[in-house]
Amino acid sequence: MKHTEKELQELKEEINQMWKLVLSQLEKAKQSFLSSDIELAMEIASREKRVDAFELKIDSDCENYIALYSPVAIDLRLVLSLIKISSTLERIGDFAEGIARHVIDDDCNKISSQVIEELQLENIFDSLISMLSDSFVALESENTKVVGKILAKDDEIDTLYHNSLDILTNYMQSEPSFIRCGLKLMLLIRKLERIGDHCSNIVEEIVFYVDAKVLKHGIKK
Amino acid sequence: MIQAKDINFYYGDFHALKSIDMEIETNTVTAFIGPSGCGKSTFLRLFNRMNELIDNTRLTGECLIDGQNIYHKSVQVDELRKKVGMVFQKPNPFPKSIFENVAYGLRVNDIRDKSYITQRVEESLKAAALWDEVKDKLKKSAFELSGGQQQRLCIARALAISPSVLLMDEPASALDPISTSKIEELIHSLKKDYTIVIVTHNMQQAARVSDKTGFFMLGELIEYDDTKKIFLKPEKEQTQNYITGRFG
Repeated sequence: MKHTEKELQELKEEINQMWKLVLSQLEKAKQSFLSSDIELAMEIASREKRVDAFELKIDSDCENYIALYSPVAIDLRLVLSLIKISSTLERIGDFAEGIARHVIDDDCNKISSQVIEELQLENIFDSLISMLSDSFVALESENTKVVGKILAKDDEIDTLYHNSLDILTNYMQSEPSFIRCGLKLMLLIRKLERIGDHCSNIVEEIVFYVDAKVLKHGIKK
Repeated sequence: MIQAKDINFYYGDFHALKSIDMEIETNTVTAFIGPSGCGKSTFLRLFNRMNELIDNTRLTGECLIDGQNIYHKSVQVDELRKKVGMVFQKPNPFPKSIFENVAYGLRVNDIRDKSYITQRVEESLKAAALWDEVKDKLKKSAFELSGGQQQRLCIARALAISPSVLLMDEPASALDPISTSKIEELIHSLKKDYTIVIVTHNMQQAARVSDKTGFFMLGELIEYDDTKKIFLKPEKEQTQNYITGRFG
């Protein structure tokens, strides 16, 4: 393997480590939210700095790679994709921390399981975790066959997000004391929906890297 | 427009160019890239019949410039080379003054009008972005110029006879980065008046200066496409391996 390829391999390894960390943050966010585990939520908040540090390191290493090796074709696409993916993973990390902060606030943690089930929050969390881990595999294996499946999950999450507005409106109308928590829950679901969008963005970057196609904003070229 | 149709070229028994077809649009810059010995310089030299100077070579196929087959027996090589200028890897000014170097092509073509020659020398030196640096020392020897200036002088010499095509065989490979940058800027500015074909080993140079790029390997034209496409998403794996340095 040439040294330029080794450098690229190291960049990929860095993004893999960041990915695993963010995935773990998301899994823990699910767990802490569903079980109102404040201790776990605090662990998530404290690990957020590590996600930020990864983003800075990957940015800097990608800049160096471009400056030193002037990559072209698939190498250039990889480096450009990694810069965007690391930034997107960092945003997902922020949302995971946001969910943890919701748990740490501890003022709406006693939401009835009926509401949680009706909103299908566990399903949403599971879909997000699956999107993030499947896209990790797609990059690792440089295989974009699963892209359609991953993007379809984002559509499902969008539908659940839109349904949640009606569900929570009904609850808040019937029980005004629930309004504050209902609004906070809506904001939390909004975070989950945004994580889905970010996972889709990551997938688009992988397609750009592997297949040299642009899927962004519905463009296919 | 330059058209190459089913070009095959042989050095003795060695099949150096294999069934090459290519169209080069007028007023564009086209770069040829590829490993040493791939045939890119041989292909470039076809366009002004430079390969004819080498013994025991053979060509089949057609090479047309503006619709005319330049290998037709009615075509005079001297006339062709007025139309197709060439710049080589190493600057090769003549042992003459700066002025006489540029005027040389005009004089050998029997142009005697002094004011016209003076005008063409100035125009050519300006087009080659050298005028401001040499206008006060036109009578000095060309050898007093730096390597980068000498190369621009050679470009001015090629431009003086008003060619429509300019062939460049690694024109900046012997130059420092600043001179290289000047040559590249020059190529950009000359494009509006000339069709430029350049052979380069410097991939980034090809990416910077050309509109289209042809990748050659073992005498074959592997891929020929818009430069942006070649350097972002080439079709052929061989092209990708070469431009990313994984070749071989």
